[in-house]
Amino acid sequence: MKPRVWLLGCALLVAGCVLLALGAAIGSTGLDSLTAMRSDPVAWQIVWDIRLPRTAGAWVCGALLGLAGAVAQGLFRNPLADPYLLGSASGASLGTALALLVAGRSASRAMSTDWLVQLGVTGAAFVGAVLAVLLTLMLARGAQHTLRLLLGGVIVGVVLGAAKDLVTLAAPHILEAMQGFTLGSTAFLGWQAVSLMAGLLALCLLVSRLLAPVLDGLALGESTAASLGLALPALRAALVAVLALCTATAVAHAGLIAFVGLAAPHLVRPLVRSTHAALLMLSAGMGGVLLMASDLLARGLFAPQELPVGVLTALIGGGYLLWLMHRRGGRR
Amino acid sequence: MVSAALLFAAQAVAAADAPPTITDSRGRVVTLQKAPQRIVSLLPSLTESVCALEQCQRLVGVDRYSNAPASVRALPQVGGGLDPNIEAIVALKPDLVLLAVSSRAGARLEALGIPVVALEPKTHADVRRVLGQIGVLLGLPPAAADRLWREIDAGVQAAAQSLPQRAIGARVYFEVSRGPYAAGEASFIGETLIRLGARNVVPAALGPFPRLNPEFVVRADPDVIMVGNRSMQAMAAYPGWQAMRAMKADRVCVFGPEQSDVVVRPGPRMAEAARAMAQCLSDKIR
Repeated sequence: MKPRVWLLGCALLVAGCVLLALGAAIGSTGLDSLTAMRSDPVAWQIVWDIRLPRTAGAWVCGALLGLAGAVAQGLFRNPLADPYLLGSASGASLGTALALLVAGRSASRAMSTDWLVQLGVTGAAFVGAVLAVLLTLMLARGAQHTLRLLLGGVIVGVVLGAAKDLVTLAAPHILEAMQGFTLGSTAFLGWQAVSLMAGLLALCLLVSRLLAPVLDGLALGESTAASLGLALPALRAALVAVLALCTATAVAHAGLIAFVGLAAPHLVRPLVRSTHAALLMLSAGMGGVLLMASDLLARGLFAPQELPVGVLTALIGGGYLLWLMHRRGGRR
Repeated sequence: MVSAALLFAAQAVAAADAPPTITDSRGRVVTLQKAPQRIVSLLPSLTESVCALEQCQRLVGVDRYSNAPASVRALPQVGGGLDPNIEAIVALKPDLVLLAVSSRAGARLEALGIPVVALEPKTHADVRRVLGQIGVLLGLPPAAADRLWREIDAGVQAAAQSLPQRAIGARVYFEVSRGPYAAGEASFIGETLIRLGARNVVPAALGPFPRLNPEFVVRADPDVIMVGNRSMQAMAAYPGWQAMRAMKADRVCVFGPEQSDVVVRPGPRMAEAARAMAQCLSDKIR
C-alpha cells in the first residue's frame, strides 16, 4: 500500500503545480498578461500581486480545510463530520457581519481608530471562529465527550447564526458583502495572507502528523484507544485545537467555503487505504487541489466577472462523490 | 377592450374627480376610491418620493430603513422590506401601502383589504415614472410631478455643468460593496456618471452590479475610484491595488453613510447624488 500513498502524494503535488501555472494565466484578461509581464508593469502587478497569491492562497486554504476535515472525521469517528462542526463557521460569520457593520458606520479613514475596523474583516472572522469553538468547548466542558461536543457545536452554530441574522437585518447594506463571505472568495488573498496561512498550515500539519496515531487508536473505539495507553483527554484537546486553528485561519481569509473539508478525505479514501498519518497529509493535498481548481473555474468561466468559489467546490467535489457513489452502487 | 379603453380614459382624467388609477410595477391595475390620506411606505426611495411631492404629512408609517427627509424618522416604523410587521401596518389603518416588488407583504396586505401599490425604481427613467405614478395616486395635478422632475433633472444638469473641463471624460470605477461589486454603466449610479460626462470602466454588458475580478480594475486603471461606505475598501484594499494610479495619487472618494444613501438610492435626491459625485470629480482631478 505504501507505494500508492507516495504515488497519490506526487500526483497531487504535480496537479498543484500545474494548477498554479494555470492560475497565473487565468483572470479577467487572460494569457496576454503573462506574455507581457516583462515589459508591462501593470501585467507584472496583475500576475505577481494578484493572480499568484490568490492561486497559491486557494491551495493553502483548501489544504487547511482538507486537513481539518480529516481531523474532524477521525476525531468524531463520523464520516459526515466537517471542519465547521464546532460552530466556527457561525462564529466567523458573526465576526464578519459585525466588522462590516462597524466599517459601514465609520465614514472614512479618519474614523478607523475603531478597534473592529483595525482588526478588519479577516481578523474579526478569525476571532469570531476561535471564540465560537471556545464557547462550544465550554458548553461541552472540555473535549472528552464526543456527543456533548457535537451537540455543543450545533447549538453554538444555531445561536451565533441567529445573532448574525439579527445584525444583517439591522443593516441590510452588508447583505451583498455577507453573501460574498458565505460563498467564499479568494479575491482578498495577498502574499502576506498567504505566508501567514502557509506558516499555520505547516504548524498544523506537523502537529496533526504527530497526533495521527491517536486518530488511528480512536478509530478502534474510545475504550480500546484508552487501553492502548493514549492520554486521551490531552491529545483530544490538542486535536480540537488543530481543527479550530485550521478552520478559523481558512475561513477568516477566504470565507465559508463549502464542502472541501468534508469531501477531501472522502476523495482520498477510495484511492489509498492507509493510516491517518498518510490520510491527513493526502487530505490536505486533495483539499488544496480541489479548491485551487474550483477557484480557477470561478475566475475563468465568466471573466471578468467572478463566481463565488464555494458554489464550484460543492459542484465539483459533490459531483465527483455522486459519481463515485453511483459507480459503487452499480457494482454491488 | 371596452374596459381597457375606459381605464385609459380614467387615467387621462385621473387628476380630476375620477378615482386615481395606475398600473404598478407588478403589472397590476390599482384603483383607489379616493386620494389616500394615510400612507405607509416600505421602501426608502418611495418615502422620499412622497415627501418630495410635498405630501409628507400623509405618511403614517415607514419601514426601518427610511431615514430621509428627517421628518419621517419620527413616524412609526413597521419593520423592513424583508420582515415587515403586518400587524403594525394594519394597526395604522392605512388607505395605501407603497412597497417594493420584491416585498412579500403585498399579497398578505391585499388579502386583508388594504390597497397595495408595488413600485421599484431602478433607473433615472423609473424615478421619473414613479414620481408621476405617485402623483396620480395622491390625486395631485400632473403638473406637480412634472415640475418636480424638471427640477431634479435641472439639478443633475447643473451638477454636470459645474464640472471643470479637466474632469470631463474622467474614467471612474464605482464600488458599491465588498466583493468587489461594481456599479456598471447599466446601473442607476452608472446613469448618473454618464450624465456627468464621466466614463465608467465597467461596461453595460456586465450588468448593473457585477462582481468583478479585482485584477479587472487594475487593468482598467481608472482615474478616480468612488466607494460607498458599504465597502471596506477604504480600510482594506485588495491585494495588488496599492500601485494603481488612482490609489497612489489618493484619487479615492469614500461616501459616508448619509451620502451613500443619497448616491445609491434611485429616488428624488438624484440631483444631490450627482452633485456629490461631481464634487468628488472636481476635487480629485487636478
